[in-house]
Amino acid sequence: MSSIKSLLRPVAKIRNAALAIALKPRIHSRGMSLATVCEPLDGLGDEEAEIYSMARAFADKEMAPHAQEWDEKEVFPVGVMRQAASLGFGAMYCDPTYGGTGLSRLAASVVFEALSTADPSTAAFISIHNMVAWMISVYGTEEQKTKYLPSLSTMEKFGSYCLTEPNAGSDAASLQTTAKREGNEYYTLNGSKMFISGGGDSDVYLVMCRTGGPGPKGISCVLVEKGTPGLSFGQKERKLGWNSQPTRAIMFDDCRVPVSNLIGTEGQGFNIAMHGLNGGRVNIASCSLGGASAALEQTVDYVKVRKQFSTPIASFQNTQFELAEMAIKVNSSRLMVRTAAKMLDEKHPLAAAWCAQAKVHATDSCYEVCDRALQLHGGYGYIKSTKVQQYLRDLRVHKILEGTNEVMKVIISREILKD
Amino acid sequence: MSHRILVPVKRVIDYAVKIRVAGGKIDTNVKHSMNPFDEIAIEEAVRLKEAKKATEVVTVTVGSTKSQETLRTALAMGADRALHVEVPESAEVQPLEVAKILKAIVAKESPSIVLLGKQAIDDDAGQTGQMLAGLLDWPQATFASKVELNDSALTVTREIDGGLETVKTTLPAILTADLRLNQPRYATLPNIMKAKKKTIEKLSPGDLGVDVTPRIKVLEVSEPPKRQAGKTVGSVDELIDKLKNEAGVI
Repeated sequence: MSSIKSLLRPVAKIRNAALAIALKPRIHSRGMSLATVCEPLDGLGDEEAEIYSMARAFADKEMAPHAQEWDEKEVFPVGVMRQAASLGFGAMYCDPTYGGTGLSRLAASVVFEALSTADPSTAAFISIHNMVAWMISVYGTEEQKTKYLPSLSTMEKFGSYCLTEPNAGSDAASLQTTAKREGNEYYTLNGSKMFISGGGDSDVYLVMCRTGGPGPKGISCVLVEKGTPGLSFGQKERKLGWNSQPTRAIMFDDCRVPVSNLIGTEGQGFNIAMHGLNGGRVNIASCSLGGASAALEQTVDYVKVRKQFSTPIASFQNTQFELAEMAIKVNSSRLMVRTAAKMLDEKHPLAAAWCAQAKVHATDSCYEVCDRALQLHGGYGYIKSTKVQQYLRDLRVHKILEGTNEVMKVIISREILKD
Repeated sequence: MSHRILVPVKRVIDYAVKIRVAGGKIDTNVKHSMNPFDEIAIEEAVRLKEAKKATEVVTVTVGSTKSQETLRTALAMGADRALHVEVPESAEVQPLEVAKILKAIVAKESPSIVLLGKQAIDDDAGQTGQMLAGLLDWPQATFASKVELNDSALTVTREIDGGLETVKTTLPAILTADLRLNQPRYATLPNIMKAKKKTIEKLSPGDLGVDVTPRIKVLEVSEPPKRQAGKTVGSVDELIDKLKNEAGVI
């Protein structure tokens, strides 16, 4: 017995010494503030920095206090979104002639990043609404722009984007909602759309439907207003996250829409939809960025305060390495998202492939950041009184919508393998 | 009546930042923003312009190159143009020196009103407005929670210890803004974009004939003592003993 004890004594000594070093508080009172290594304002020009600061102030004050309630009670925060619109967030990168703000895609990305620190779900809906307004502002006629853009830019009316169907998700070009032209007056729409953000609450629906033959070239983009006879909505879906936005199926049952509601030309619908999505991908990726950076900020605060073994858990190397990895993920995502945004602004020929890359990287990495943030909060991370779980739930769907990350890889690899 | 309002603004450490002292100095490598009371001052000036009681809002700051961002915020909120009295980043410009600079600016710009925040949240001096009034020999209405401008008179409600005091002054005058004067607006995106085109004129204290050498020397900067755990006392006598002999407050 004693021989074993004497064997173990040195081991115990080493172990105690190691523990003493490991557990000694190693946090400088200043520490490496998140601000210096993971700063959203870095690399931004004066104007974009001012825009971020303003959007962040709005998010902190008007959205953050309510985000949890909106999630739990599934509230669609119309009032706050209209307030955001009054500051110019309703049609950010649309022509000012019709009420848009005329911002660059980079500036818009920065806005969505700021708003998502408070509530990625609401920020994402604002981004979808912006995408719809943009499609009308680029492909619409004078009459259409005059008729719809002003009220979209103030968010007096909300816009929804309708591409996905029960049987057409990634294979979007196989969509089956038909629009039969009757003379020169009406299209008659028949079919259904699935998972429509804002469905049932929005007033303006951009519907990708089949006016011609099979495949992408037979698809057109038609604007349908709420209240049109033959337009009905399914039940509001109960979702894991994105609960501040209603999501519904939409049914068209001999729904007659004036031919003057065609956006662009017949057969152009798929192109319009895809162009909308390029920017949409940067926006969704920006929403992931904001959520992840907020989750990281909150985690840094938590680990400095939470003590175990008589010391803040921030002094454990595992915690430190996790934080470093999270910062790297947020920073690399941010760089890719902003690069893609700039490429859209410059109309770079590779912009679409870059938007896809940025979307995959940011949505995947930022989700991981939220997951690690939750883990670092321990049990507290799992309960709803901590916000970290909401970021995780909200960000999860960003890997799926606006083109799954798998489809993004199709787009990217296609570009790589081009001759 | 055309009234020009001059609104001095200051770039300070953001109110939400946890202040840290390192090596006897405050760590300034943190987020900065416009002094909150100055935001209130800008908001009030812009509202007066929107109500057509004033014709121009001019903002001015004394600071390093970084202070330019504060001027841009003021311009985005509705100020028409800005003046930047540039000093090196290491320079410490104290209230009296700022007041002297502002006096020179007043001579240059001829405003009817100089509207300042009541105090800056970094030094909490609360002196600049009052000193400026003294140097200019202008009337002052400080800690304003309500301002009414009618032609050539100001009626100002002031928050004082005993409650509210209403004063009336002729113009030109100095006003300092208190917390409840208004709720500053968010700059709208279009206004942030327009601010780019507004002018920022650069000046130096030398141009204005002002010596900004500090007259007050800071001897020590330290964090407040860490909060100690409380103690339960057994009797009033024990309490008095502790207050007298330990805390030294009676």
